[in-house]
Amino acid sequence: MNLPQRIAQWWVHGQTWPGASWTRRLLVVVALALLPFLLEAVAGRAWVRIADIALIYAMLAVGLNLVVGFAGLLDLGYVAFFAVGAYAYGLLASPQFGIHASFLLLLPLGAIAAACFGVLLGAPTLKLRGDYLAIVTLGFGEIIRIFLNNLNQPVNITNGPQGVTLIDPLLLGSFSFGKPHSMLGVTVAPVHAYFYLLVCMVALSMLVARRLQNSRIGRAWAAIREDETAARAMGIDTRNLKLLAFALGATFGGVAGGLFAAVQGFVSPESFTLQESVMILCMVVLGGMGHVAGVVLGAIVLTALPEALRVVGPLQKAAFGHVWIDPADLRMMLFGLALIVMMRWRPAGMWPAPGWARRTPSAVGSKPQVAARGRDDAP
Amino acid sequence: MDIFIQQLVNGVVLGSIYALVALGYTMVYGILGLINFAHGDLVMVGALSALALLKVCLAVGLGLPASLALATLGAVLLCGGLGVLIERVAYRPLRSAPKLAPLITAIGVSILIEYGAAMIWSKQYLALPPVIQSTTWQLAGAAITDLQVAIVVMASVLMAGLLWLIRATPLGVAMRATEQNAEVAGLMGIDTHRVIAITFLIGSGLAALAGIMVLLYYGVAHYFMGFMLGLKAFTAAVLGGIGSVPGAMLGGLLLGLIESLGAGYVGELTGGVFGSNYRDVFAFIVLILVLVLRPAGLLGTASGERA
Amino acid sequence: MNNTPVLLQAVRAGRQTGSGPLAGLLLIGFLALAGCSREADKPAAVAGPVERVVKIGLAAPLTGSEAHVGEDIRNGGQLAVDDINAAGVLVAGERLRIELVVEDDEANPTKAATVAQSLVDRKVAGVVGHFNSGASIPASRIYAEAGVPQISPGSTNPKYTEQGFKTAFRVVANDNQQGPTLARFALDKLQARTIAVIDDSTAYGQGLADTFSAAVIAGGGKVLVREHTTDKDTDFKAILTSIKGRKPDVIMFGGIDPQAGPMVKQMAQLGIRARFLGGDGIQTPNFVKLAGDADAEGVYASMPGLPKAQMPGGQAFFDRFQARFGKPVELFAPMGYDAVQVLVDAMKRAGSVDPARFLDEVGKTRYNGVIGPIAFDEKGDLRDAPLTIYVVRAGQWEPVETIGGAAAAAPEATPAPTR
Repeated sequence: MNLPQRIAQWWVHGQTWPGASWTRRLLVVVALALLPFLLEAVAGRAWVRIADIALIYAMLAVGLNLVVGFAGLLDLGYVAFFAVGAYAYGLLASPQFGIHASFLLLLPLGAIAAACFGVLLGAPTLKLRGDYLAIVTLGFGEIIRIFLNNLNQPVNITNGPQGVTLIDPLLLGSFSFGKPHSMLGVTVAPVHAYFYLLVCMVALSMLVARRLQNSRIGRAWAAIREDETAARAMGIDTRNLKLLAFALGATFGGVAGGLFAAVQGFVSPESFTLQESVMILCMVVLGGMGHVAGVVLGAIVLTALPEALRVVGPLQKAAFGHVWIDPADLRMMLFGLALIVMMRWRPAGMWPAPGWARRTPSAVGSKPQVAARGRDDAP
Repeated sequence: MDIFIQQLVNGVVLGSIYALVALGYTMVYGILGLINFAHGDLVMVGALSALALLKVCLAVGLGLPASLALATLGAVLLCGGLGVLIERVAYRPLRSAPKLAPLITAIGVSILIEYGAAMIWSKQYLALPPVIQSTTWQLAGAAITDLQVAIVVMASVLMAGLLWLIRATPLGVAMRATEQNAEVAGLMGIDTHRVIAITFLIGSGLAALAGIMVLLYYGVAHYFMGFMLGLKAFTAAVLGGIGSVPGAMLGGLLLGLIESLGAGYVGELTGGVFGSNYRDVFAFIVLILVLVLRPAGLLGTASGERA
Repeated sequence: MNNTPVLLQAVRAGRQTGSGPLAGLLLIGFLALAGCSREADKPAAVAGPVERVVKIGLAAPLTGSEAHVGEDIRNGGQLAVDDINAAGVLVAGERLRIELVVEDDEANPTKAATVAQSLVDRKVAGVVGHFNSGASIPASRIYAEAGVPQISPGSTNPKYTEQGFKTAFRVVANDNQQGPTLARFALDKLQARTIAVIDDSTAYGQGLADTFSAAVIAGGGKVLVREHTTDKDTDFKAILTSIKGRKPDVIMFGGIDPQAGPMVKQMAQLGIRARFLGGDGIQTPNFVKLAGDADAEGVYASMPGLPKAQMPGGQAFFDRFQARFGKPVELFAPMGYDAVQVLVDAMKRAGSVDPARFLDEVGKTRYNGVIGPIAFDEKGDLRDAPLTIYVVRAGQWEPVETIGGAAAAAPEATPAPTR
């Protein structure tokens, strides 16, 4: 097979890119290790920071994919878990309460707190399906944000809309992620250190997600997604499995939130609006619902795209002397359009889960299934 | 006591606006089983386009009543057309797709309309020119304006008209048949595509009317105004029993009252622990409670599949 | 080539994550995107041996709903740069040529940090920005780490300078200064005893309302009730009705004009006679438009800085601004202008354009700017910041009184009219 054929195979038939040897993996590791330095050399350190943010979004996308892609539960309030994780870290590692706990303690704590909220959201909504669930999760996300915004009175907990400042950077042993380090004659800036940490975290979340997908749990989720009634008839405990999906998805969000708080050093409720939830959903949908690597790609593309679109403003100004379409608006419009177009013509996303399209080779999207995949689908 | 009456008046007016928007949700949901996320945004398009038309008409030198009538007509036609277009382009191809697909499409449509409007009308809050002079009456110590009365009357009339349309006309029969079982309705000779398109036309026209009322009442319009309004209206529709026209009206009124009385009295009742800052939370809590305790809503018929 | 190995590999790959192409795409995508964003960053050609190019960063919301504010600041900064370049300022024997590096932070905290990093990357000597407190605070950490002085033209949240960063300054009164001034005005000039306070649940609105309330209580006034709305709402009937029942002398709103306009209108509809006052967020022409001339009449608002006409550099600045950009100053252009001037002034005194050398001089600034005399306290806040109270008369904001600053000695304007 030559390269175009491989690409065609991968794009049209949704097969995994052929060939993955140890040398290839080594190359990947080396490439990722060099990436921040390359980025900095080519485009400046700001792009390393953008890469950091992209990786945080990638974790969120992987987590939301558990809920939406695997279990088929549309969650429009996912950013709430991100917020819980971020505030858990922010409040307990900042001068807000004078507590400066270690992140090794706080990250699991944030994850557990987020998981509890996941169950809290999941429990009353178990009976709901599809669109009702979407609206309730949306409301839940807003409730969390409103509480974070207002829990500065009568007792000041979250500092309200002012947000939490001066959050500690991560500290691993004596290695602080907040200071530049000099190793083997190379200076590793905080953004670089975070990059490596985040790459590891994303790889870990991808691994966990893949393992889940190929486990009993993952197959049960797929069954619930395809037909809940049939799944229950087959003896699947749909109630607990749906709760588990919410809790596990929330855990990923909580961890990502803690890392976000550490990278950013500042959290305030305005970072956790509904728009963020929609953005993460876009990453999952456009990347490829149910495909772990696909949603990571979606996260990276959708984080980098707005930065690239920044040139649109000055370009318009140069061409017409006036900015007709605000780049921020253009980005949102493109997202909206992409959601519509994708659902119509390519519901499996940019990078579909392997084996997705084989079931409906002729008319993708007209058959009542989204991202159907089982283990027996491997080519 | 007069404060309480005033809060009731506030609640009823707010509730009428919610009810009017909820009618559109309920119609579309009833017939397609789809939450048209873009419905709130059609309200916004109605308000902003009516405002633009009104300004043009006034600038040309038309009188106020003629300008208002023209602006209303234009906005209703525009929104109706937009609704039909959305249905045709975005939702119809997904009629047999899994439920997640039209829902995500609806979110996409909503984003597209919002930012399209931001592009056309900017993100500023646009003010209604000071053309409407409202009269205030005192009633048992509460202030009531003629605009408020007009909103309540108009919402009631539209609802009654819609009920009549659904219960007593051939179109209504076709709509109800499509709602119950689109496939069988098709076999009975009903052009279900056409019925659905008409449903969208009427629902979107109602959205435009709601938008114009909001514009006249508050005097401002803004590209994001439809979002929260849409959510609240959806809550109202669920509260009353989605798919039910009287339910939408009842749900709207109840939600308006809950919000007004809640925002007005929660501070006193909880000793200042919760204040009016939790106003938006009330709507969502009502929504969750209804869905958990009585998914069919107050006036809806119980159906296992729906919730 | 035999087909079998490929197939085998494909099967194997099917079980493992497809990280190969992913990492490849990641790399290619980033480098491609990153490459195209650099196009604006060409080093400028330098003419003459004694000319020294110094970059000054400017970050503000240039897109979105506050784009007009950001543009105003940008234009103000640009005017200062033009002036300095034309005047030929000498630092350590070299002629300065300032280059303004403008970035859009979209009024978004995450974007602000990215933009800050990008400015630091490009080795700017100082930064004018950001406008929103929510953007200035996360960005300030990055500037502090890089040792680059940051002068915000419009962030009023006290926290911005309370983080202990040596690099954070502002040329605008903070909420701690604005709230009490407004409170004193309400108690002394408006003779208000009972006050109802509303905020919009944003960092700005709530901060202002908090400091206002505290000052009212300290000054012997009574805060009857504290109500809240959001920065998206337009229906305030419920909270206004509950305020009406308590019959306050004055209603104070911490928030911005899109809410204040309809709020004042709804007050009139409900027959509330109390006077209405707010902070700089409502002191805009749009407020008058949204409320309507009749209902806006007699509304008070404070605004950091002197009235335009009283600014030392005043009318001359406005005329030049109008001539250069073809539109009048909105609000924050003088602050943007002065922020650039303060940075250059510090460079002159330190005899260096290296931020490590002139940072200390920024703190010791004694500069007479368009907005008045500029000096910073130990935190980086504007010392003795002037504030002006305005009132709407016949659809126009007119200055009533200036408190603090050099104008404190100036004769007071006519007493406040009753509503």
